[in-house]
Amino acid sequence: MINRIVASAEEAVAGIADGSVVMIGGFGDVGQPHHLINALADSGARELTVVANNAGSTAESGVGKLIGNGQVRKMICSFPRFSKPFEERWAAREIELELVPQGSLAERIRAGGAGIAAFYTPTGYGTALAEGKDVRYFDGVPHVMELGLKADVALLECWQADRWGNLRFRTSGRNFNPMMGLAARLTIVQSQHVVELGDLHADDIHLPGVAVNRVVHIPYGDPAPASSTRERSVA
Amino acid sequence: MQTQIQAPPKGWSRTEMAAMIAAEVTDGWCVNLGIGSPLEIANHFLPGREVVLHSENGVFGMGPIQDPPVDTWVVNAGKQNVHLRTGASITDHATSFAFIRGGHIDLCVLGAFEVAVNGDIANWTASHDLSSLPAVGGAMDLAVGAKNLWVMMQHTTKTGEPKLLNQCTLPLTATRAVDRVYTNLAVLDVFDGAFVVREMHPDVSLEQLVEWTQGPIVEGPVPEH
Repeated sequence: MINRIVASAEEAVAGIADGSVVMIGGFGDVGQPHHLINALADSGARELTVVANNAGSTAESGVGKLIGNGQVRKMICSFPRFSKPFEERWAAREIELELVPQGSLAERIRAGGAGIAAFYTPTGYGTALAEGKDVRYFDGVPHVMELGLKADVALLECWQADRWGNLRFRTSGRNFNPMMGLAARLTIVQSQHVVELGDLHADDIHLPGVAVNRVVHIPYGDPAPASSTRERSVA
Repeated sequence: MQTQIQAPPKGWSRTEMAAMIAAEVTDGWCVNLGIGSPLEIANHFLPGREVVLHSENGVFGMGPIQDPPVDTWVVNAGKQNVHLRTGASITDHATSFAFIRGGHIDLCVLGAFEVAVNGDIANWTASHDLSSLPAVGGAMDLAVGAKNLWVMMQHTTKTGEPKLLNQCTLPLTATRAVDRVYTNLAVLDVFDGAFVVREMHPDVSLEQLVEWTQGPIVEGPVPEH
């Protein structure tokens, strides 16, 4: 019998070693595995490389908590701005940043999980973010080589999961979660709902359970509303 | 005696610019709105308009910003709560950028610090040496991938210095990408090494526009191509 459900967030993140590359899903608050991140923070794992779109907002929760705790050596992301803990560590030169255009970040993760070592994209050509990278022309258009990204661990959030680890995401919660699930050796999921095997229609599964190792049921609820129409960037 | 350059008038407000852009989007287009002032364009599509608003996080068919939100699971590129219009769909991030890079987005509207007459755009960091915290988001992908790139920006800095330039001074987002610029003073097509005037604010003369712009300005319209 396949059963990927585990009892607690603590059990779900057990064994994440110092120095691990950890992918963390979410775009802003939405689709972000807050409880798994808290459990990772409690585990005390250090020298982490975190791959996520954003670098969090405050040191109270999410990626910002890991950074605030001094557990993150390097961030690979597209938008680290508006993260107080990141800004502090960056100013003190206590954290490394690999800034990647968002589409290249998504595709590097997809490629990593798809067994593609590298690819060429027109994105970033002629900019500071392409300096030192291989450039080739295809149909007369300059393209920049980007490497696939893999991880030791992925922490994901989803709406529904079954015991096989089949996942369904909710609206904007899908974002980086499905491809991170494929790009990591150990894929760990916090799920709002755990349903019986067969309750999810095969057509409606966004990530087959073959990509998933551990699922913990955490009825976390809806993401917090944006406090106003002012933009924010949290992850 | 040196004549002092007159400070530019306030010109169109951000809301007026957003309304102008919404009115000039072709029905049926799929349009991506960058973070910052372009997101306000979503508020200006009149009922009945069938324009598919795309957000880089995989939302096709978003509506305007909702405050208070009806569903906090739906956010735009700026992480503001929006709603899904009838007909909306969702993809993951890699697929969303496949739509962008693959040339399936008709128009992207970005904000910018600087635009050059050759279409270069600089909008992701105001620091020449990247010493202040840089953040790029999806702008580089959108600038190379969208079929049309329009920029929505102030025409000058607060002290009256031009932001439409012969050559960008800040780190580039993309080269030769911009098709049209909407500023508080004018609407200009970037064409054949010049800013071609489509429309000017009523308080602005062509001579003044030349003063507040670096790079050649010519009167429109751009020939159909």
